[in-house]
Amino acid sequence: MGKLLLQMVQATGTTLEVFFLTLLFALPLGILVAKGRMSKHKIVSGLVNIYIMIMRGTPLILQLIFVYFAPYYLFKASCDRFTAVIIAFVINYAAYFAEIYRGGIQSIPRGQYEASEMLGFSKTHTFVRIICPQVVKRIMPSLANEVITLVKDTALAQTIGVAELFRVAQNASARQFSTAPIFIAGLFYFIMNGIVSKAFDAIEKKLSYYN
Amino acid sequence: MQETVIDVRHVKKNFGPLLVLKDISFRLNKGEVLSIIGPSGSGKSTLLRCITKLETIDSGSISICGEEMVHSENGNVVYAQKERLREIRRHCGLVFQNFNLFPHMSVLSNITEAQRFVLKKSKEASEKTAMELLEKMGLTDKAKAYPCQLSGGQQQRASIARALALNPDVLCFDEPTSALDPELTGEILKVIKDLAKEKMTMMVVTHEMQFAHDISDTVIFMDDGLIVEEGNPKEVFEHPKSERTRKFLMRYEG
Repeated sequence: MGKLLLQMVQATGTTLEVFFLTLLFALPLGILVAKGRMSKHKIVSGLVNIYIMIMRGTPLILQLIFVYFAPYYLFKASCDRFTAVIIAFVINYAAYFAEIYRGGIQSIPRGQYEASEMLGFSKTHTFVRIICPQVVKRIMPSLANEVITLVKDTALAQTIGVAELFRVAQNASARQFSTAPIFIAGLFYFIMNGIVSKAFDAIEKKLSYYN
Repeated sequence: MQETVIDVRHVKKNFGPLLVLKDISFRLNKGEVLSIIGPSGSGKSTLLRCITKLETIDSGSISICGEEMVHSENGNVVYAQKERLREIRRHCGLVFQNFNLFPHMSVLSNITEAQRFVLKKSKEASEKTAMELLEKMGLTDKAKAYPCQLSGGQQQRASIARALALNPDVLCFDEPTSALDPELTGEILKVIKDLAKEKMTMMVVTHEMQFAHDISDTVIFMDDGLIVEEGNPKEVFEHPKSERTRKFLMRYEG
């Protein structure tokens, strides 16, 4: 039992790596994608829209398999499993984050832009100092949802053979003819998401100094 | 010879097939107050937004403080180059109907932001100016407050301070009291009156007839995209020449 728990804690390390690396790249990438989606250039916004449609319209598990195997069939070269997982998660989550950002950006009243324009702010200054801080506050609840889903989605990494928490639990379960390890894994996810929720609550509270 | 601050000539503006401004020309001299009255949809707010370049015009010319912002050439409008346009626009301050304060910033930061990042003034100098303006607006104790903690009237006073902080040559008001109840309206009108006493050049789009009557040097009555009547308040309010103006003003007399 102690050995199993140790294994599971180690596997949780992999899960957390997938989780944090995905956030690290997908959160900023989402801004670029959102900007592209809102671009005035029809070609740019059209292409970005197709990308978002594919990412949201097909299963993540399929995208994982594609990212890992497609380069092999196309170029006879492939990246290692873990890198493939990160790439697949990042491009998938960036699409979802982008749509959340877009919703937030478009919910800011036009008057905020007009006031900025009248005060002589540059476009960049307006976006960074006036629009973004307000967007961040507005999108926190949706973002929390998405990040919580990410914690659970990390279990899909096992599809291409990355030994994360759920894979280790399943293996142990098969070895011991017992569902206990799987339920323990469930508890692990529950605790991780408890922390995520608390973190988002704290951020929301910090941002509640105005409404 | 009086100095012209706003010079609008033959301005036309359409939203699709709808002609909102049909042929507008007028001047506003330094130190004077111009009120624009008229029914909703007459184009008076659009005119103000064209002068502040929040909307572009389709024909005609506009100069601010003697600098040409836009003119017409062979049927096309030509705006000044980007940097130049930015400089010309800096002559104008605008106070909005819905205040449009930045909700995530304190009242003080709302007023210092443009001074610091547009005028490149130091934080200390910006705050000094801001505090002077807040004192003038009777909001000294609200410097650290956020806009949501202020009443509508206080928010509007803060937004007037924000516009004044850039030292504009002309301050434009787009129905500054339309979002306020009568009591708060009085509060804002008093602030504008005080500014008029200091010889601030102002252009006010308003539905407050008594106020327009009291503070203006010139009143313009607009209807259906045209200036129907223009003159000093006495002429326009007491001896209107056009039937349309008379009819409109009738509604405001008890």
